[in-house]
Amino acid sequence: MIKFNNVKKTFRRTEVLKGLHLEIKKGDRIALVGSNGAGKTTMIRCLLGEYVCEGEVLVNGLDPRVERELVLKDIGFVPQLPPPLKMPVGQLFNFSASLCNSDPQEMIKVSERLGLDFEELKSRPFVKLSGGQKQKILISIALGRDAKILILDEPAANLDPDARHIFFQLLAEKKDAVMLISSHRLDEVAALVNRVIEMDQGIIVLDDRVEDEIDLNSILKTEIKIKRVDEAFAKAINLWSFESADGIQWHGTVSGPDRLRFLGVLSRYAAILKDIHMEEKSGG
Amino acid sequence: MKHLWLTAWADIIESLRAKWFIVYSGVFGGIVVLLFVFGITESRIMGFTGLTRLLITYIQLTIAILPVFVLITTVRSVAGDREAGVFEYLLSLPISLSAWFWGRFLGRFIVVFLPVFLAMVGAVIWAAIKGADIPWVLFSSYTGLLLAVAWCFLGIGMLISTIARTADVAQGLAFVIWLIFLLFLDLILLGIMIREGLPSETAVMISLINPLQVFRTAAMVLFDPQLVILGPSAYVILDLFSETGYIIWAIVYPVILGTLCATGGYYLFKKGDLP
Repeated sequence: MIKFNNVKKTFRRTEVLKGLHLEIKKGDRIALVGSNGAGKTTMIRCLLGEYVCEGEVLVNGLDPRVERELVLKDIGFVPQLPPPLKMPVGQLFNFSASLCNSDPQEMIKVSERLGLDFEELKSRPFVKLSGGQKQKILISIALGRDAKILILDEPAANLDPDARHIFFQLLAEKKDAVMLISSHRLDEVAALVNRVIEMDQGIIVLDDRVEDEIDLNSILKTEIKIKRVDEAFAKAINLWSFESADGIQWHGTVSGPDRLRFLGVLSRYAAILKDIHMEEKSGG
Repeated sequence: MKHLWLTAWADIIESLRAKWFIVYSGVFGGIVVLLFVFGITESRIMGFTGLTRLLITYIQLTIAILPVFVLITTVRSVAGDREAGVFEYLLSLPISLSAWFWGRFLGRFIVVFLPVFLAMVGAVIWAAIKGADIPWVLFSSYTGLLLAVAWCFLGIGMLISTIARTADVAQGLAFVIWLIFLLFLDLILLGIMIREGLPSETAVMISLINPLQVFRTAAMVLFDPQLVILGPSAYVILDLFSETGYIIWAIVYPVILGTLCATGGYYLFKKGDLP
């Protein structure tokens, strides 16, 4: 479906991609990880046909640089940094839907599932929205169209736990789509993917399969007991919408794909943890 | 074509909400208002009064302001959009590069031309309400000149913003180009060059290819058909073109220059990295 054949990209004298070879097949959900400067964004831009590069990039046998419209009509993209667009949200939906030959109502539906009030936001300039709202709008545009390839650059970084759960559900609904999810940290996206590609200094240093049977729709009912009341812990756990009557026993829910990230947060408070109980509930 | 108009419309909406556009519209609207407030329509100079006098003053002020405004705002916003990641996102949508580039050019042209034109229309409406005679020939000629000069500097601006990778470099380059045009607008400089041995034909040629000078001379032709204020060089211009011929040159040449620059910008844009 996607092929990188000896792809090199140089900016002035710095070689950012050093002969990349990669094949992505239908059904692949890839976590693209690596530190800053590893070449992730450059690789994505080559795939989107935005950069001129040496070697060959093919999407369904087509060069994205030459056959822009044919290639990009199948690709939904969420950038890491939302662009500072001044156009109102309603117009952005209409503009994107017209270009993609899609129905803006589908994008609106996705935005409402992510917790946005479209009627309230439609006349507001995109640039004036909060970071989380912008991210949700861009996700709505990418997922509200018939994209066969999803390229998501740190897609859930600004989302609250509820929105993350809906986002995971939306991704689960896109069963047939190829996904390329870029992130600095594997734990952010590990549960969403079945393949991990790590880049470092312009080359692929790891390409591995991930066997994870986690249901993207699942919810884990979670109870936590700590040794003593702790302000920092309370602040951190509140971000996950957990509740407690006494500050000792906490209860709430964690989205299945978010469990690793959640346990990562808990690990910071290992010294005061007394008991953790997570039980999977079926359905969303 | 649908994508081209969509992009043009998106650019218009973006520009209407930008601060530079508010300043830009305010300056040209403000000039007309000030000309009325200071009673320019009542004064008499070289026999011109009323709306004709106002339009002549307005066009003279526009020569000084319009080109630099169009250049700086175009290069700043286009190169700035590239830096801020607007290109990265919008060019990930399925749109052809020609529809994107020319759509932006068209949208930006409407945005830079309309305030200048509407300020003139406002003056005409006000004069009509006051019962003054409307000099339609002068109005149409000035409209053509403004259209040509806006198109020309927009084309140059699009070329600069394609060449320069950052907004700061683009702005610096735009300013230098404007200064060069301004330098050759200076008849003293041309005089010195002729005194130092530059053939007078070359000096006239420089004047004829400098879009600022072309615009300025055409504005003069409209109220001084014999170009008395230009002195002997008027003979060369009038012998070469005639009065009507020069007005046609002053409209056609900047449009061609702007189109060539924009086309060059498009090919560079298409050939290079987009964001």
